[in-house]
Amino acid sequence: MTYREALNQALREEMHRDPRVLVIGEEVGLYEGAYKVTQGLLKEFGPTRIVDTPIAESGFTGVGIGAAMLGLRPVVEMMTFNFALLALDQIVNSAAKMHYMSGGQYNVPIVIRGPGGPAHQLAAQHSQSMESYFYHVPGLKVVRPSTPADAKGLLKSSIRDDNPVIFIESETLYAVKGEVPDDEDFLIPLGQAVVRRPGTDVTVIAYMGMMYRALEAAEELAKEGVSVEIVDPRTLRPMDTATIVGSVRKTHRAVVVEAGAGFAGMGSEIAAFITEQAFDDLDAPVERVTGASAPMPYAKNLERAKTPSKDKILDAIRKVCYARGS
Amino acid sequence: MVPNVVTKERPASAAALDIDLAKRLLHDMMLIRRFEEKAAEAYALGKIGGFLHLSIGEEAVAAGATSALRADDYAISTYREHGHCLAKGSDPRRAMAELFGRRDGFCKGKGGSMHLFDKSHNFLGGHAIVGAHLPLAAGAAFAIKYQGGDQVVVCYFGDGAVAEGEFHESLNLSALWQLPVIYVCENNRYAMGTALERALAETEIWKFGRSYNMPCEPVDGMDVLAVREVVGRAVERARKDKSPTLIEARTYRFRGHSMRDPAGAVYRTKDEVEREKLRDPIVLFRDRVLREGTLAEADVRTIEKDVNDLIDEAVAFADASAEPPVEWLLTDIFKGD
Repeated sequence: MTYREALNQALREEMHRDPRVLVIGEEVGLYEGAYKVTQGLLKEFGPTRIVDTPIAESGFTGVGIGAAMLGLRPVVEMMTFNFALLALDQIVNSAAKMHYMSGGQYNVPIVIRGPGGPAHQLAAQHSQSMESYFYHVPGLKVVRPSTPADAKGLLKSSIRDDNPVIFIESETLYAVKGEVPDDEDFLIPLGQAVVRRPGTDVTVIAYMGMMYRALEAAEELAKEGVSVEIVDPRTLRPMDTATIVGSVRKTHRAVVVEAGAGFAGMGSEIAAFITEQAFDDLDAPVERVTGASAPMPYAKNLERAKTPSKDKILDAIRKVCYARGS
Repeated sequence: MVPNVVTKERPASAAALDIDLAKRLLHDMMLIRRFEEKAAEAYALGKIGGFLHLSIGEEAVAAGATSALRADDYAISTYREHGHCLAKGSDPRRAMAELFGRRDGFCKGKGGSMHLFDKSHNFLGGHAIVGAHLPLAAGAAFAIKYQGGDQVVVCYFGDGAVAEGEFHESLNLSALWQLPVIYVCENNRYAMGTALERALAETEIWKFGRSYNMPCEPVDGMDVLAVREVVGRAVERARKDKSPTLIEARTYRFRGHSMRDPAGAVYRTKDEVEREKLRDPIVLFRDRVLREGTLAEADVRTIEKDVNDLIDEAVAFADASAEPPVEWLLTDIFKGD
């Protein structure tokens, strides 16, 4: 099953399971989704539950939040997560703070999902790694699912969660195939990292497209006799620090890979908590491989240069492995 | 192209007035006024911090609109929401405790003056980003319709919100989807210090309803019965036909924008403020019910005493309530954690 089909299946199953679940967004109904994630859902559930909206991100996100305050469980689709910037105030000031600000009276069980991150020559305004705009905000959960099974299991958990969840997919992964349990109760809890590849010499923390690139690098290094462990956080907030720190305690070396620009990025946070919690276990400083600190350029070669490559990941792993430990 | 658009300039509110209704309206307006006068005193004493926005002068909108609602209808508002919350029936003691930042406040002291929420009275909160709660109101109305209910949502906002994109997005979505929401613009003529004419190309705010094929009308926001009547019509449309309405209630705030703008005199003249005070909605209504014989002087005195007692009690309650325990800093961030 493809990643796209896994998302579709998760939506379909949750809509069958719970009549309060509905989908709101641009082109989610008649058009069946800009990336066809909602294919067939309008036919199956009708326009009351698959709601096409005009291009009004702030408006329809706010509608989703208001509806969630009264007990519905809306899944709001961002055609691309870059458009969520137009709804940033609703997400940050309304959804994330409602439960706290109301002293626990009103919660907002909403999922805001759609693709984000580098894709294929989508240029500056459609390629941003959007997670950094959200994981800073208390009250939001942030998910980045790398595989079809994770896409299904995490989306279902997100829909069942009583809090706002930011669920960022990727254009580059929609066609990726993988084993997906056909079980309607297949859930992956939020806040649980997974070891994608066991290893003993170095821990690489990576998610989404970067996780696949890190896997390639790991295969190549295996030929050199370097054993790489890859940890995929899956949920960026809450972050499963225990699994990551546990892996680093075993390997004594860590590399973080992220597609976004590095300054105050995910890598900064992961490097910080590894240093805080496992400093004495480290044999080398934590290395970061990040996207260049530039807007995403259009030209193919420049786009390649902006995003972390396998070679850069290889260099970083070699650097920490050959560092002299204490 | 524009069906059902009501454009009456001034509704008649001449029908004989029910005694209980007269008492309720006067009580609610006086309660809001007294609550805010006492809040201003407490602010001066340092018992209330941050921003405190008073609605003194605008009480007829909250009282009149709420009187047209059922208890299970919803209301949502701005950071100038004390009156809307109290009119909905919320306990003034817990509202005052919230302003004081105490544990017995509606929001455990985490919300404050700008963020009163009372789920037990379907009060969906005070929201302090101008315009941002209009889509939330549409969403609440969406949920009512989705669930097959017949409640309605009243959404209060100021003239300042009209220049925001979310005002227009919300009106469009509410009309497009036929949602049972009543947008009540409290036009007090100043968005903070910016006069209407300096902010809007169309200063007849109710007319924006026409652009969205939505019933719309202006009303004298200093006339509590007129507000009640206009909102009542809108409620009926919303309940029966799931139709939204835009109402422009023309009102005036006697105090500054917030306690940090005590005089409110830089952007408007003292003469103007004094002239507007002659339209005090409480005085107008009290004089009317006395003149028409609906209520006697003794009735008014009783209401006044009741209100004063309630608010004294609210202040005493807030004073006696403890600060929230420090551990509460990290509770309520997520539900279920």
